[in-house]
Amino acid sequence: MRDLSRSENLAENQICVIIGASHGGVNCAFALRKEGWEGKILIIDSDSELPYHRPPLSKTYLHSSEALGQNLLKSPESYGKENIQLLLGIRALRIDRKAQKVQLDTGTWQAYDKLVLATGARALIPSIRGLSEAKHVYPLRTAADVNGIRVKISKIPSQEVVIIGGGYIGLETAASLRKLGAKVTVLERECRVLARVTAPEMSSFFESLHAANGVSIHCNKQVISIAEDGEKVQVICEDGSSFPADMLVLGVGIQVNSELASAAGLQIENGIRVDETSCTNDPNIYAIGDCTDHFNPHYKRYLRLECVQNAVDQAKIAAGAICGKDVFYDAIPWFWSDQYEVKLQLVGLSAGYDEAVLRKESELVFSNWYFRGNELLAVDTVNSAKAYVWGTKFIKSGEPLDKEKLKNPEIELKSIGR
Amino acid sequence: MAKITFITSDEQRITVEGFSGSVMALAVENGIKGIDGDCGGVCSCATCHVHVAPEDVTKTGEASEIETDMLELDDHADQYSRLSCQLQISEVLDGVVLRVAK
Repeated sequence: MRDLSRSENLAENQICVIIGASHGGVNCAFALRKEGWEGKILIIDSDSELPYHRPPLSKTYLHSSEALGQNLLKSPESYGKENIQLLLGIRALRIDRKAQKVQLDTGTWQAYDKLVLATGARALIPSIRGLSEAKHVYPLRTAADVNGIRVKISKIPSQEVVIIGGGYIGLETAASLRKLGAKVTVLERECRVLARVTAPEMSSFFESLHAANGVSIHCNKQVISIAEDGEKVQVICEDGSSFPADMLVLGVGIQVNSELASAAGLQIENGIRVDETSCTNDPNIYAIGDCTDHFNPHYKRYLRLECVQNAVDQAKIAAGAICGKDVFYDAIPWFWSDQYEVKLQLVGLSAGYDEAVLRKESELVFSNWYFRGNELLAVDTVNSAKAYVWGTKFIKSGEPLDKEKLKNPEIELKSIGR
Repeated sequence: MAKITFITSDEQRITVEGFSGSVMALAVENGIKGIDGDCGGVCSCATCHVHVAPEDVTKTGEASEIETDMLELDDHADQYSRLSCQLQISEVLDGVVLRVAK
């Protein structure tokens, strides 16, 4: 009996420290309780806001007047209810793996038994001449970034905005700012928008969609410098063209927050390297979400993903593994984007495809199916949840599909198997 | 104002009051277990699935096409299934009972 009570005490005294209070960190904390973690749980984040949903920042949160409180990941009370302690506005500076403690910028050291790195990423600030001195420059990653944009745009809604980068963040921001009445120009370095994440057909669709909504998109534009021009700035490109802006938004991608892990000697590849349980090369340290370089068993390669799905799924896996459950990561990634009235939903990863099959129900309802040989790798869907759902099922099942039937929108998706 | 009752997977009955916004947001606000709302309420993730009590279906109405499609992702979906991010709180919903899906 005595031994049993001692082991219970031990479990209660254990401390799990989570660094990062976004989708990954917060979900991991709640999942730890669900899996039976009896010890302390602390979440540390330098952002002083209560943990919030990030995807709406460039979408509804930007173009509406809603308060951040409407976008919280969990209610303020749920943390207390689950005995999860939030240390917000506090930065973790250093990990001492040997002593199992983390140094905080408050000057104290926080001990841990298990540590979860959910450090995510930060907006990449490109090295462009004049950018660091320029006024009216806004990255877009945090609520504070977007609050700044909201204040700026509210003064003169019709101002000229230049967005550097035609990825999801850039395009969603363009759509939101158009809704508010801004004159929006997007400058993309590649020959098409969304070049890194989707196929040329989808890029063309989004270029037309934005053009129809009055956004001016310029591809093959390498921004080389920013010059002051009275109250405005001039955005100057390599080809000599320049674009005036009252506000400049940066949407050129992210930089992984892997410095803490790297300084602690953890293995870093294209992010913090983790195994199938989300564990790093230190058995007491896990990493989850955007900051990880993890193996995807379905696609049989290492990936670093920037999405809610991966953050939440890895959070649950890490929590299970920490609680001694036999779990491993095996998810098909999925993503979404909302621009104007268009809902884009994507499942799977199309890299390496040799054939794209278009299924077109109408100009505004279609899906693009990516195959390597007969293997379905990914599906991009526009206003077609049905295609998204069936695409998900087919990728998981791996059943062979009849591409001719797939092309024909008259034939129901459930009967395109061969 | 609407009083909405959730029945969680561990058979807890929790009745909460809401004034506006979505039922998913109300559930998250009140820490109802099993309602995650990972996508923040834009009908993209199907993690806010509930089964409406059969007698309350007239109050909640029918799922939209996209919602019905998204529900197909969940093997537990049935004719009473809804995604609670698509249920807007109003007096019409007063008294409804929602069972949180497995």
